[in-house]
Amino acid sequence: MTVLEPIDAYPTQRIAGYPVRAGRSLPFGATRVPGGVNFSVFSNHATSVTLVLYREGEPEPMAELPFPESFRVGSVHAMTVFGLDVERLEYGYRVDGPRRPWEGHRFDPDLVLSDPYARMLTGHGPYRHRSRVTLDDFDWEDDRPPHLPHEDLVIYELHVRGFTGHPSSGVAAPGTYAGLVEKIPYLRELGVNCVELMPVFEFDETDNVFTGVNYWGYSPIGFFAPKASYAATGRDHMQVDEFKHLVKELHRAGIEVLLDVVFNHTAEGDERGPVISFKGLDNATYYMLTPDGHYYNFSGTGNTLNCNHPVVRGFVLDCLRYWAAECHVDGFRFDLAAILGRGSGGELLHNPPLLESLAYDPILRDRKLIAEAWDAAGLYQVGSFPHYSRWSEWNGRYRDTVRRYVKGDLGVTGELATRMVGSPDMYSRRGVAATVNFVTSHDGFTLRDLVSYDHKHNEANGEGNRDGDDANNSWNCGHEGATDDPAVLALRARQQRNALLLLLASRGVPMLLAGDELGRTQLGNNNAYCHDGPLTWLDWGLREENADLFRFTRRAIAFRRAHPVLRGGSPGSVHWHGVSAWSPDWSAHSRVLAALFDGGGSDCVYVAANSHWESHTLELPPAPRGQTWHLFADTAAAPPMDAFEPGSEPPLANQSQLSIGPRSVAILVTH
Amino acid sequence: MSFRMKMNVEGDTATIRLAGELDGSSAPELNELVSQAVGRQVGKLVLLLDELTYMSSAGVRCLVFAHQKLPRGSEITLVGTKPEVAETIRLTGFDRSIVMQ
Repeated sequence: MTVLEPIDAYPTQRIAGYPVRAGRSLPFGATRVPGGVNFSVFSNHATSVTLVLYREGEPEPMAELPFPESFRVGSVHAMTVFGLDVERLEYGYRVDGPRRPWEGHRFDPDLVLSDPYARMLTGHGPYRHRSRVTLDDFDWEDDRPPHLPHEDLVIYELHVRGFTGHPSSGVAAPGTYAGLVEKIPYLRELGVNCVELMPVFEFDETDNVFTGVNYWGYSPIGFFAPKASYAATGRDHMQVDEFKHLVKELHRAGIEVLLDVVFNHTAEGDERGPVISFKGLDNATYYMLTPDGHYYNFSGTGNTLNCNHPVVRGFVLDCLRYWAAECHVDGFRFDLAAILGRGSGGELLHNPPLLESLAYDPILRDRKLIAEAWDAAGLYQVGSFPHYSRWSEWNGRYRDTVRRYVKGDLGVTGELATRMVGSPDMYSRRGVAATVNFVTSHDGFTLRDLVSYDHKHNEANGEGNRDGDDANNSWNCGHEGATDDPAVLALRARQQRNALLLLLASRGVPMLLAGDELGRTQLGNNNAYCHDGPLTWLDWGLREENADLFRFTRRAIAFRRAHPVLRGGSPGSVHWHGVSAWSPDWSAHSRVLAALFDGGGSDCVYVAANSHWESHTLELPPAPRGQTWHLFADTAAAPPMDAFEPGSEPPLANQSQLSIGPRSVAILVTH
Repeated sequence: MSFRMKMNVEGDTATIRLAGELDGSSAPELNELVSQAVGRQVGKLVLLLDELTYMSSAGVRCLVFAHQKLPRGSEITLVGTKPEVAETIRLTGFDRSIVMQ
């Protein structure tokens, strides 16, 4: 039988010496097709579009191919070019159109723009914004997402470079996806089952006017392109494969992968910012503009992506579908997600089409969607984010409450109780998976710094210590910063354990900041976005230095895993106590709280917290169903007696009383 | 250096010697040869790479192609892989499907 090749595998004409034919409008971007590459790009207001081809690394183009008018359908220009060596090809677009900024148009045919759909960018170097074509045939074998129930996750937020960039990491390829693969056994040992990667979309590491460094990467340039410099194989343009390999290996270890994604703004900034892609392709479509053509700035970074415009909405959907379907990513955390609920003029939408589309998208159906439910313009939607029964939220109120309680503020005991059972005041109808609980994240103090500094120390950022949040609810335990005072150090160690234990014993999805389990410090810097070095990298020497803290955290995670009642259940399965059993003290001066999580059967956990500087004796409720109380953890005890291996907790000598030390948390379990 | 290759089939083992640069332009040739080997129902594929000076991403993908084309349980062995090439294969995870000597 003769197999006929499809007719569109043949060119119909030549442009600039290259055999071409009219391309397919969809999908957008550069796609390999039989014999060639299909290029498709959108612009509503362009008058002409030219495909610019480079041999890799060459300063001048090898060819410029204007799209003939007959290759345009609607506002989409598409062309198939034959005979290209995609491995050595870089490309971009030259787009002409009106130059009337007051109407929102900033076309400039002198510039070569990167393809917003590019799967790879060139990364570093003088031509770093050029687009590249991927081969897209990674061998996934039988990879299947772990599909963990949302409420069972223990999220671990990490920075790909920072996690293994330090020389002490001991990996073969420090600071890369491959380096992270080498640390999977560590993640397994710790017991987390989900990593949340800080931005891995291509960004410019140098776009910071103060230190010259953008470390965090919340300033995307290529939304489909994994960051090349996070790949040891980036110089060989294998970053997509290396990233996919990371996902595959994490899945093999039972660990899910969430990406921290930024769709609220881009690296193009405002009028003063560079023109990289969207600005030159179709500024008026992609950005929220004032009536006279200026940039709305709800992100605090210069511009705001016009994400509820139907075209931009499609872009966001295409992007997330790509990461989910092609890269097997398990979910997303959306930076400043409140912006995704705004309309073209910045107004708050009651039924934001983008959020609705994401919630109901067939490809994203079982991927986790987590909103950072606020923006930089003062919109705070924690508890009120348009969720469509799908979205979870970073619970900022959880963070603030636990911090205030641990530090010893009065009047927060009642609220702590609410936060510990999944914040039903905000999420009662959505279930505990709706709240992502955390005490620390990349943004703000590390846990060790939270108990070591009253004030931020951001001088090294070059902004006169004016940047970063002033409201940290932190307490230095009696001395600002580094000290040799054993009493202060002991208290700090206990305070870290208190926060970790409350977090891991709360209903909702806990999120840990990478390194907090090892006592990582940023020396009081609570906004270290602009430091790429020892200040922000994880020093693996802490693993030995703070072995007690690591062991404690590992056991607390394992305990959570062993007790489903901590991860969910009816509100009626929690009973409150105080110094007297069955008599919680909800008054403003109360510093003692005890919760009995009773899942029926043998799953019963008693959590007691005391933020007072004196110890208290708590009357214990009888262990239900004829069982006895055993001690899992007591942060006032000296390591290693501060936590036991789940399943081998020693019985409590006195079954009717528990003495809880000053500023400490204790957990009992029945056997 | 231009790309050259030669296949020798003995019993159920196909041995392919590669020399020069394996990239996007030469990869289809190797894929073709792998298809031939599959047609002859070999159970082992040995690639002699000591004269291969460069392997691009398209070259690495030939290994995936071979792995997927050959019957399950077949063995692919790379012999004499130069360190740079071996490192790329390892970092992107293709080494799990093959044997590198």
